[in-house]
Amino acid sequence: MSSRVGGRAVSGADTDRSPVSDADVCVVGAGPAGALVASRLAARGRRVVVLEAGPRFDPADRPQQMERSIGPVDGRGDIWGMGGDRDAYASTGDRFYPLNANRVKGVGGTTLHWQGMVYRLHEKDFEMDSRYGLADDWPIGYDDLRPYYAEAERELGVSGADDNPFGPPREEPYPLPAFPPSYSDSIFAEACEELEIATHSAPNARNSEPADGRSACVGYGTCQPVCPSGAKYDATVHVERAEEAGARVIDRAPVQRLAHDASGERLEAAVYATPDGVEHRQEADAFVLAAGGVEIPRLLLLSESEEHPDGLANRSGAVGRYFTEHLFAGAGGTIDRETRQNHVGFMTSESHQFYDHEEPVPGSIKLEFLNYAGPSPVEMALTGDTFGDELLADLREAYGNHLAVGALVEQLPRWENRITLDDSRTDDHGNPVPEIRWSVGDHARRTIERANEIQVAILEALDAEIEWVVGPDDTGPAAHHVGTTRMGTDPDESVVDPALRTHDLENCWIASSSVFVTGGALNPTLTIAALALKGAEHVDEWL
Amino acid sequence: MKLTRRDAVAALAAAGAVGTVGAGGLLARERLHGGDADSAETDENESSESVTLSETDTAMLAAVARAVYPSEVTGIEEFVETYSRGRIDRVRNDAYRGGVSEALEYVDDRARTWYGEPYLELDSETQASVLGEIGADRADPAPDGTDAERVRHFVVNEVLFALYASPAGGELVGLENPQGYPGGLDSYQRGPDT
Ligand SMILES: Cc1cc2nc3c(=O)[nH]c(=O)nc-3n(C[C@H](O)[C@H](O)[C@H](O)COP(=O)(O)OP(=O)(O)OC[C@H]3O[C@@H](n4cnc5c(N)ncnc54)[C@H](O)[C@@H]3O)c2cc1C
Ligand code: SF4
Repeated sequence: MSSRVGGRAVSGADTDRSPVSDADVCVVGAGPAGALVASRLAARGRRVVVLEAGPRFDPADRPQQMERSIGPVDGRGDIWGMGGDRDAYASTGDRFYPLNANRVKGVGGTTLHWQGMVYRLHEKDFEMDSRYGLADDWPIGYDDLRPYYAEAERELGVSGADDNPFGPPREEPYPLPAFPPSYSDSIFAEACEELEIATHSAPNARNSEPADGRSACVGYGTCQPVCPSGAKYDATVHVERAEEAGARVIDRAPVQRLAHDASGERLEAAVYATPDGVEHRQEADAFVLAAGGVEIPRLLLLSESEEHPDGLANRSGAVGRYFTEHLFAGAGGTIDRETRQNHVGFMTSESHQFYDHEEPVPGSIKLEFLNYAGPSPVEMALTGDTFGDELLADLREAYGNHLAVGALVEQLPRWENRITLDDSRTDDHGNPVPEIRWSVGDHARRTIERANEIQVAILEALDAEIEWVVGPDDTGPAAHHVGTTRMGTDPDESVVDPALRTHDLENCWIASSSVFVTGGALNPTLTIAALALKGAEHVDEWL
Repeated sequence: MKLTRRDAVAALAAAGAVGTVGAGGLLARERLHGGDADSAETDENESSESVTLSETDTAMLAAVARAVYPSEVTGIEEFVETYSRGRIDRVRNDAYRGGVSEALEYVDDRARTWYGEPYLELDSETQASVLGEIGADRADPAPDGTDAERVRHFVVNEVLFALYASPAGGELVGLENPQGYPGGLDSYQRGPDT
């Protein structure tokens, strides 16, 4: 049995990890994108193999992982084993980029850790150039993705209500009812009414009632980084479905490079390593890259060849370019009444009022009303340095009347923000590590400033004592890896076409936020899921 | 506030001994164990023969709990005993149980060296100061760390988690569904006066 710092890996070094013969499709990565593609294609009778770099975590370990996340052990809160040589990287841009806090390697991918807020992008997000003269338009629009969004909501089991007056048009209700608003939402609603800000429910990829063989949310309050009940959707759901439909998922099998045929136009094999130190070749008719927005461009760059000296699928030079994120903006403080925070670990209200802007700047803002502002008493107790009555007094003093308003803010794609290879350092398999160059940019700075104004106004309307504001200088990324193999119709400007197939390789598709042309200001995974479902259809048609 | 056996059972729910909680927890467990709650039960019990906490160990955990819990809390012995038996004996693995026993041995050894008596014989004030003198208050928890870090991890945080991740401890602070406890979906919607 293998063991990383996170949960136990349930399949050990002696598991059979040999290639699958006669595979129709090889999927690289078992996060939501890869798992959805695999389950969809396996259900259509395709012979599917999924190669996943990280381990299978044992779900029975989740309660212990939860506890470790509340009282970090060895000074580290990471419970999914990220870090070390396997995950080494360099960050050389204006802003430090904390890559390993922003992803998980394992069966289920980063959704093991994620928060589970799920959105359709707004129509404007596909039309940034034609509406505002900013960045580029997507080659597809909201209407093209609309049926896939509906399907993705069903697949992920989204709890939500159609009460968002600013949201894009929808055709059917969410699969599960929305979580009712929290007590603190009602406090915010008062202030927002005064300021004429409309609030509404927040869609969640977590069960508001039992569904799909999974529990309803039971209120552990540790959603990020782990949900012990399984109420929060993670991609192990679709990995299981893929396996039930006959797909084979091989864990601890990082793909080292992709090999093409003599013509240079068709992929032949994914070369992967296994824990016993052996390299294998997985051949397949079609390949779907679903390794996330950093590792996909890295893999294409690592796979350079005589025919493709700048890396695969990189005729445009856009592989790794336009690395785009969302920025966090926030403000918090205390008021003179109880706010009842930290009962659950997710949000129930938000506002998209500042999303569809008239002028180019400030850009889109998604306002979030937190249900977990201020300290969690148990966390404080486990990490504090007082005991007994003194500890209780500290907890009572700290807990009770915190409030916080967060926001996701739009960043525009920038050519110079990019993923490259850092040849001076290698990972545990001797491959150059990814180098990330990332900066914030004026558009995002000005949008963060606007978000702060709104947040401060809301807190002031509540007579709050404002204790912190996260603005343009101390903002950070939201763990959304967008843009690094962008979609387009022109092979000289983009990496994949609107059917998500690379322009340069006839049997290689990409399912990831890496194909987004712009990212808006909404968490990307529902769009990733919608694109994965669309991509699976294209692959199936091609086969 | 008097802790009861019920409080300990609730605390166990937070500690992942989910068989003891209501339907939500059971469902959750079915999902996590591929639909077969019974076999999960068996797995958990598989190795429970090998290391169990001795009576002295549970008594010492209760003594530590008295030192780190607020003075208004009573009923600590039964709470800690139910909790530690349920959790350490049933849920944890042998290495963990061994870690708890060894860390307690260290605490006892310090008591004997510094105060000439077993930890359990000391008055409660001295019991509390032994923990401070070990440095368990300032130490970060670490299962493979220094003596102080192991005491913090296996002993102090064990009993602090039992209290503050359970409704009983949460209520002391005004939060009846603390992080770590599956207290359902009502409490977050309730205002302070209801
Ligand atoms: C803390 C946090 C909170 C988040 N909250 C939200 C949220 O609320 N809403 C939202 O929409 N999004 C959220 N996200 C982002 C979300 O998790 C990602 O958008 C989503 O997981 C991306 O899916 P993916 O399948 O493309 O990639 P991933 O989930 O990252 O999966 C990629 C998989 O590929 C594997 N892989 C990588 N390289 C290789 C290789 N060479 N060979 C084989 N396998 C490889 C990786 O190990 C990984 O398992 C959050 C992320 C974090 C970190
Ligand atoms: S609050 Fe709900 S979704 Fe979050 S960890 Fe708890 S059970 Fe899971």
